Amino acid sequence: MKRSQPFNWLGWSSFALLLAAWELIAWETPKLLLYFPPVSRILAALGDALAAGTILQHGWVTLGRFAAGYLLSAGLAVTLGVLLGYFRYLHGLLATSIELLRPMPSVAIIPVAILLLGIGDGMIISVTVYASVWPILINSIDGVRRVDPTLIDTGRTFGLSSWQILRQIILPAASPYIVTGLRIGLSIALILVTTAEMIAGSKGLGFFILDEERAMNSANMYAGIVVVALLGYALNRLFLLLESRAMKWRHGMIVRQTA
Amino acid sequence: MPILDVQALSKSYRQAGGDTTLAIGNITCQVEAGEFVSFVGPSGCGKTTLLMSIAGLLAPSSGRVVVNGKEVSGPPPNLVLLFQEYNKSLFAWRSVLGNVRFGLAARGARSAAAESKARKLIELVGLKGFESHYPWELSGGMQQRVAIARALAYEPEVLLMDEPFGSLDALTRLELEDALLRLWAELKTTILFITHDIEEAIYLSDRIWVLSRRPSQIMQELKIDFPRPRHQVTTRAEARFMELRNDIYRQIGNQEVP
Repeated sequence: MKRSQPFNWLGWSSFALLLAAWELIAWETPKLLLYFPPVSRILAALGDALAAGTILQHGWVTLGRFAAGYLLSAGLAVTLGVLLGYFRYLHGLLATSIELLRPMPSVAIIPVAILLLGIGDGMIISVTVYASVWPILINSIDGVRRVDPTLIDTGRTFGLSSWQILRQIILPAASPYIVTGLRIGLSIALILVTTAEMIAGSKGLGFFILDEERAMNSANMYAGIVVVALLGYALNRLFLLLESRAMKWRHGMIVRQTA
Repeated sequence: MPILDVQALSKSYRQAGGDTTLAIGNITCQVEAGEFVSFVGPSGCGKTTLLMSIAGLLAPSSGRVVVNGKEVSGPPPNLVLLFQEYNKSLFAWRSVLGNVRFGLAARGARSAAAESKARKLIELVGLKGFESHYPWELSGGMQQRVAIARALAYEPEVLLMDEPFGSLDALTRLELEDALLRLWAELKTTILFITHDIEEAIYLSDRIWVLSRRPSQIMQELKIDFPRPRHQVTTRAEARFMELRNDIYRQIGNQEVP
């Protein structure tokens, strides 16, 4: 939604100031250098790691797992959510299970996943799917249930079949909710990929960060964190870009309502 | 043969407590092809329920509705219902053109012919130049024009209208009444109109059925024979118009007309 706003000079300046303060404090406290390296060293380490290509390899692995897990989760959760929102008896059947499983912190499933699936990509992708399914599912159900009955009656009076009403009316009408769920699911998927890689991986940015910490290469560790942060930022921006394209009809409506 | 034949229609609801209330008493009426007929009745007399039942969106408790010789058991293919709440029934994700094209697509029309037909209808309801606007960018009156164009794009033989101008301001309402009469004259659709506005019903209709309070029943049928095209000033100024207005008001209003 912030796409059309002017560049936020104030925000970026204060962030730059924060980095400068870090740099200064790090140089003033040499005893902490091992845990708290100056920004310049972190950037230098990042440059080296990028030049060597190692961090990019780990980055690609993480991105691949994220993409597989997130897309799988999105497809599954939107389909299931729309069906559960549309068919009351299906919702009644599964509502209790959803309410009980959803609040559990998803990382708790990682040990179970390791037991069942080992420590490969399958395990990491599975826990990613499991964790990011919930917000997408809940929002999709909610979105479908909130579709105004008048819209559905409109479809019926124009002679549309149930399937046509679902596709042509309910899906677009519920799409703002579905998109919100997809956006929350995106950050959760990235958290779970990184966490799972830390616990049981030999590749990926999560593994890289933890491995460099254990090797006491704190500048490299921070470099890994920077890459994960940039990955999250980039994915979020990409999402917003796609959203503003797909939801153009809604963009102006929100601006007008909040103006 | 009437295009629309309502036979002893009644509809009751089961309430939260388990009691049933009768919303529609026992309504029998016929509409001939090309007619403009109105139900007029007090608020809460079950007008919307009646129209939903005729449109096949609600199953009647007893009686039946026959459209063009076929008994209604679901939404009939040659009839469309226009809702009062245009802001709820328009598709917010479709432009004006997209909304009107929906009506054509639902009828089975496709391709380039549909496009030019939709544009023509938009022009006909007075929205030329707004084709690519989204509904939220339009005023209430313009939104209802879009809804009318979308309904007409479906080319229904019978158009049911549920207090379509009920939430519009007085001037916009007069404007849309005339716009509707022009479209009706041009497209020769049969219109069954519901309103609680007595004068609106008289101004628009060939015939009026006056409905009672719940459970609603037809109290009287009135033939309205003002010549067409009618005029907001001269038609409404006729002595007969006042007579009709007072006559209906005596029946559905609570107050005595002196």
